[in-house]
Amino acid sequence: MACNRIARGGVALGSVLAVWSAGARADFAVNMTPGVTAISREVYDLHMLIFWICVAIGAVVFGVMFWSIYHHRKSRGAVAAQFHESALVEVLWTIVPMLILVAMAVPATKTLIRMADARGADLTIKVTGYQWRWHYEYLNEGIDFFSTLATPQDQIHNTVPKDATYLLEVDRRLVVPVGKKIRILTTAADVIHSWWVPALGWKRDAIPGFINESWTLIEKPGVYRGQCAELCGQDHGFMPVVVDAVPEAEFQQWVANMKAKNLPAAQAANGGQPL
Amino acid sequence: METQETKSALATANRRVVRRLLLAVAAMFAFGFALAPLYDVLCQITGLNGKTGGRVAVARPVVVDETRTVTVEFVASLNAGAPWEFAPMVTRMAVHPGQYYQTRYLARNLTDQRLVGQAVPSVAPGPAARHFQKVECFCFNRQKFEPGEERAMPVTFIIDPELPPEVRTVTLSYTFFKLDDAGG
Amino acid sequence: MSIAAAPALHHEHDTHAGPPRGLGRWLFTTNHKDIGTLYLLFSLMMFFVGGSFALVIRAELFQPGLQIVDPHLFNQLTTLHALVMIFGAVMPAFVGLANWQVPIMIGAPDMALPRMNNWSFWILPFAFALLLSTLFLPGGGPAGGWTLYPPLALQTGQAFPFVILAIHMMGISSIMGAINVIATILNLRAPGMILMKMPLFVWTWLITAFLLIAVMPVLAGAVTMLLADKFFGTSFFNAAGGGDPVMFQHIFWFFGHPEVYIMILPAFGIISQIIPTFARKPLFGYASMVYATASIAFLSFIVWAHHMFTVGMPLAGELFFMYSTMLIAVPTGVKVFNWVSTMWRGSMTFETPMLFAIAFVILFTIGGFSGLMLAIAPADFQYHDTYFVVAHFHYVLVPGAVFSIMAGVYYWLPKWTGHMIDERLGRLHFWLSVVGVNVLFFPQHFLGLAGMPRRIPDYALQFTEFNMISSIGAFLFGFSQLLFLYNVIQTIRGGEPATDQVWEGARGLEWTLPSPTPYHTFTKAPVVE
Repeated sequence: MACNRIARGGVALGSVLAVWSAGARADFAVNMTPGVTAISREVYDLHMLIFWICVAIGAVVFGVMFWSIYHHRKSRGAVAAQFHESALVEVLWTIVPMLILVAMAVPATKTLIRMADARGADLTIKVTGYQWRWHYEYLNEGIDFFSTLATPQDQIHNTVPKDATYLLEVDRRLVVPVGKKIRILTTAADVIHSWWVPALGWKRDAIPGFINESWTLIEKPGVYRGQCAELCGQDHGFMPVVVDAVPEAEFQQWVANMKAKNLPAAQAANGGQPL
Repeated sequence: METQETKSALATANRRVVRRLLLAVAAMFAFGFALAPLYDVLCQITGLNGKTGGRVAVARPVVVDETRTVTVEFVASLNAGAPWEFAPMVTRMAVHPGQYYQTRYLARNLTDQRLVGQAVPSVAPGPAARHFQKVECFCFNRQKFEPGEERAMPVTFIIDPELPPEVRTVTLSYTFFKLDDAGG
Repeated sequence: MSIAAAPALHHEHDTHAGPPRGLGRWLFTTNHKDIGTLYLLFSLMMFFVGGSFALVIRAELFQPGLQIVDPHLFNQLTTLHALVMIFGAVMPAFVGLANWQVPIMIGAPDMALPRMNNWSFWILPFAFALLLSTLFLPGGGPAGGWTLYPPLALQTGQAFPFVILAIHMMGISSIMGAINVIATILNLRAPGMILMKMPLFVWTWLITAFLLIAVMPVLAGAVTMLLADKFFGTSFFNAAGGGDPVMFQHIFWFFGHPEVYIMILPAFGIISQIIPTFARKPLFGYASMVYATASIAFLSFIVWAHHMFTVGMPLAGELFFMYSTMLIAVPTGVKVFNWVSTMWRGSMTFETPMLFAIAFVILFTIGGFSGLMLAIAPADFQYHDTYFVVAHFHYVLVPGAVFSIMAGVYYWLPKWTGHMIDERLGRLHFWLSVVGVNVLFFPQHFLGLAGMPRRIPDYALQFTEFNMISSIGAFLFGFSQLLFLYNVIQTIRGGEPATDQVWEGARGLEWTLPSPTPYHTFTKAPVVE
């Protein structure tokens, strides 16, 4: 009987897992992505380091607590001790956490400093948040376009099956070269938005009237998807970011095509006169 | 039994506490408002948000640092509902710190109405903001536009030689906002 | 009417034995116990209102696609859920507990300012009626998030001035409540009840009250500036007029972070009362608890910008706020260690209040860990505004603040009503809640790390499973709270009589009073040796 029940349970569990993995959920995840840039990997490592430190502290503290809950219960005949302070342990458990914090702060500081350094970028892209789409402007190339959600309304209102890239596809992707340092300036035209691609390792707010500087250097060609991360009104959930990272040659080709297609003569790349 | 005396002493003590706390409440309310000017001061010092402020930099003699070249990028944005065409006439300049330069932004009123606009400057990276000094700028004043008017608006600026040496590219961005009091 | 006559019949206010009858008792009462009850009932009502908003949100998020509400209504619900839960459920519950407990814990006959006490409560129902009525205005209620960030908040329609007015009323109520608590604690302690002998619940409330006085006016200032920007043409937060929308965030979080501690310090106090009782052992490290509370309160003023790492602060600013935020882990850790040490070598029993207290220690600590992770600025660039943050603050607020309130109610209800609670029902409520809350919020950590932004009505397909699990947990947790309501009502109506001490290990002035507590207590101050 018991064996039978366990077997049946196993089958049920197995089928649940099968259903789970059968869905088109290639990027089903429980953890942060290590991403595709040196920075995103550093952020991921930092995240895991702190996670494991927390797990270790939790194991010790909760371990002691559960041991006490089990052994020091009245029903087991425990008699309460009456101690209520100890200068030594109190000092100790103030100082030890401080040291652990310092150990966390050192790598965090290093990463933060690297993230702030946008020098020596190969190209600059201005990202402008609108209600509810993104506008991209390649400052050096003179290319600019809007990028809007491509998921059809029918899918959102459940009348047709949803694509694998449901809510994560746009009409025009942000095409960028791999292996190049890209400086990204974010701003917004109406309310605050936040431009976020998890694979790049950061998000940055887009604030109307002001520009914010960040940078990325993508190592691997691929399509990387993200979303607006700051509540920006009704369609906040419907303004994805799709970055198409391609090899340099392909990028140059794309730039040439874009320029040929729809752009006024690129403005003079250099000019102005000293007074 | 409490005596009449202790009761009135208590009432006095309560009144004192209430008075002091109400004073603290009023002070904190005022502090909330005081944060507005304090924040501006902080922005000037730290370059928070790349704010350059609307201030006119005092033209003072400085030594031109010919050995150093900084790239200045010019960027234009339009706030939603600002019916202009707005773009820098020059997108990049190589400049020497300490030297005065002038460039212009082109704006065209796309409507058949009179409009008043205000350009808001912002500089990236933030720490460069206070070294980017504008001697003359269309952002210092509101800009009035007749219907369909097109106008080139000048900016005269100087990069302070004290610009941190690690900064090699500075971006000057203007966002053009439409002001509501178009009649004025 | 009985109300008008009652006080006049007696020369001495403290001699009349019982409360007047009828509705008038509740409208005009100046009795701290009545007002405490009003606060607690109001808070319970708001808990269910805010909870029902949350259930609509979770129902919508049960699967991808839009099913139940449109995105605009969804945003109104998230905004109102937060405002109702923070200002309507958690804060009034703590004020209610303070009203009931602070006077009987320090041997005072009542709160120091009884009439102001009445006003500070009766503002609240009007404030929330006003706030909730905005849902029925054309254009709906506020939908820009409880943080009211401009320029988005300025896009709110007709609801805007009503929301601001409601927030002002809540603020005034909180400030009056805080003044009352401070005056009571400073002026009405029984002889011998020196500050360093006060129960920790009183201590944490004293510090909380000072936090309220310091930051509620700042919130009032911030929303007044918003109002002025919208209607009077000022440009505090409008870049076009020389303002800055980010400045609002600075001012808001200068209020907002201490506000977080306003919602957790009294919880620390309650837990510090309950654990020693059921461990039958004095609280470990009383003095360090007091100092830790005070240092958390102090640090709360210099960490606000960790809510804003992604707005683009200068490097030095990000480093400062990262370090100062990490520092908060130290006094918070001291508290957790003290609670565990209090249990250590005690003689523990696990009645319902103790179960909630233990769950508090564990689950609040988990929320503390994710808080520490969020403090790390580079990692926060990933976590910020995702479900990881949602999971974090719900862990500290639901199994944190809310569990502590329930623990407190279960702990003191026998004293208030004279009846023991139904222990079996209490434990059932506990286990359902603790399972529900974890099924509800734990998967949200995964969602956030996998990249799901917060405040979205619809999501990409890879987030489906955990959202389903979370929604199931939400309904389990939500409906379990009806057990709490039922248990409280049953305990008020009857039950096994409680002794004066109620719990075997209970120590303190409140347990020397009869159960149920008489309408007037400590009219003659007790002497604390």
